[in-house]
Amino acid sequence: MYRSSALVPVMALAACAAAWAQTPSYSNVGRSPTTEEIQAWDISIGPDGKELPPGSGTAKEGAEIFAKKCAACHGPTAEGTPLGPRLLGGKGTINTPQPVRTIGSYWPFATTVWDYINRAMPQGQGGSLSANEVYALTAFVLFRNDIVKEGDVMDAKSLPKVQMPNRNGFVPLRLEDIGDMKKRGCHGGHCP
Amino acid sequence: MDSKQSPRRRFLKNASLMAGLAVGAKQSASGQTLKSETSEARSKDLHAYGDRSRFVKSSRAGSLGLWPPAAGPTRDYGFRTPLQDSVGIITPGSLHFVLNHGQEPPDIDPGQHRLLIHGMVDRPLIFTLEDLQRLPSVSRLHFLECHGNSAMSAPNRALRIAETATVQDTHGLTSCSEWTGVLLSVLLKEAGVQKGATWLLAEGADEVKHTKSIPLDKATEDVLVAYGQNGEAIRPDQGYPLRLLVPGWQGISNVKWLRRIKVVDEPYMAMMETTRYPSLRPDGKSRWFESEHGPKSVITRPSGGQKLPGPGFHEITGLAWSGGGTVRRVEVSTDGGRTWKDAQLQEPIARKAHTRFRMEWNWDGSEAVLQSRCTDDRREVQPTLAALAKIWGVNMDYFQLAGTVDMGNFNAIHSWKVNRDGSVRNVPV
Repeated sequence: MYRSSALVPVMALAACAAAWAQTPSYSNVGRSPTTEEIQAWDISIGPDGKELPPGSGTAKEGAEIFAKKCAACHGPTAEGTPLGPRLLGGKGTINTPQPVRTIGSYWPFATTVWDYINRAMPQGQGGSLSANEVYALTAFVLFRNDIVKEGDVMDAKSLPKVQMPNRNGFVPLRLEDIGDMKKRGCHGGHCP
Repeated sequence: MDSKQSPRRRFLKNASLMAGLAVGAKQSASGQTLKSETSEARSKDLHAYGDRSRFVKSSRAGSLGLWPPAAGPTRDYGFRTPLQDSVGIITPGSLHFVLNHGQEPPDIDPGQHRLLIHGMVDRPLIFTLEDLQRLPSVSRLHFLECHGNSAMSAPNRALRIAETATVQDTHGLTSCSEWTGVLLSVLLKEAGVQKGATWLLAEGADEVKHTKSIPLDKATEDVLVAYGQNGEAIRPDQGYPLRLLVPGWQGISNVKWLRRIKVVDEPYMAMMETTRYPSLRPDGKSRWFESEHGPKSVITRPSGGQKLPGPGFHEITGLAWSGGGTVRRVEVSTDGGRTWKDAQLQEPIARKAHTRFRMEWNWDGSEAVLQSRCTDDRREVQPTLAALAKIWGVNMDYFQLAGTVDMGNFNAIHSWKVNRDGSVRNVPV
């Protein structure tokens, strides 16, 4: 069947997957979606940002939107309130006994910021922001964390290139090594 | 049967235990304190959908803090299963732990709900719930556990380390159900996975459209697209009408209200998996995608907050599980880990499911420290706290520092201390 041996490398697995994947077995179950249906649902942005839509924004533009739509929960300075987490600070705390995980101190990918604002923010109104607004808010949050400059234009090309401060704070570093727990030497729910 | 007693006698004993436990873990387990209560008007038709006895009060507890905690309509961040009252291995749907990160379950009309499978596939497909129910189904027993269960980190550190903590407080973010649905491998085969695909992205229909990356390897091994739980439709707080069930893996992977699966060639680094769920160690390095739960067990009776009425016979019982496979062995110690005896395992013993263990014990009335230790079929053994510290590269002092321990999949051996007066207390470290 499809169960893979623990020792088979990832590439061979992909080949196996391709081998069993070709023929459907059950007739007339499910239907083909239209291109429009897929486009409407396909909102996820990966770390290389290849799905990022057209549009752009700067921190300056983002500051205005933030004040209107985000500050009520995250606070006027983005330092958080009981209603929403802090979006900045924590620099230099990650290897201390009191780590403060924020976008600036911890998040490894700028694309995750864009994806999460786009799908989930503002709370209860996820999906309501335009692409330009999401770019602007992402730029604002990155600017407030000293990661980009106030005038830097964030768009589909520039955003994936933003180097997040904690990008190298993860084991393993390479994305292609993450999936294989055995290769990583993980045992009993813990990885070395 | 694993029992030296007749099934009937065991049943009667369990029934009396349940009656005692009905008033909550902090009461005597003897059942002597139970008082009858004033009758309440019953508005529901109990013949149409049954209810439990009004004398049974066992319930989930929202003990993870309020969200939002200061203003607006507050709601509990999560709810813990009352493991101290559990018998057997199945958690009723109504008592299954809930951790929705503060989100209310969406109110989904099953007639409107769709599951889209797309991305690196030859044939993108949309399924209705009815479509999925036409396909070959399987039912499997599996536990679900939150990656933070029994961890000593904030926000529930104070509760976790309190001497008065119950097993609901310390371990209540694990539950076990019979899940029914379609193997994800069946759906992926219908769609035709393309060469080069290595991961999939699963997405829910909740307020924040929670997203999780899962290796295709795991997805085709044993993952279910589930619509049934314990013989009925999945409850709304468990993902009605559809959820992903990723056996043995952290709760966060088991996407509720499942609406979309995209086949891709890399992990998508969504918010939860990259920013909230990696374990962070003292050197500042994080481990992400530590998905599988290790071997773990806990004694549910006698457990914290209960009180033994006096010396004499007491069954020691609890639950064991492993995300790596089947529970092979559970040992129990009554002397704080100096000596161990094999406990009896209740059949059926299912892969990646709670397994009930039992051991007969005659308590002599002296102080005792009760522990259990699980070994799975890969021969991996549940670690002591010291062994866990070694794996994580920290010293034992680390666990004494408030707010520091920020590591998931905490599966250290747990201790309950039985005092001379019969009271049972949590031993945090």
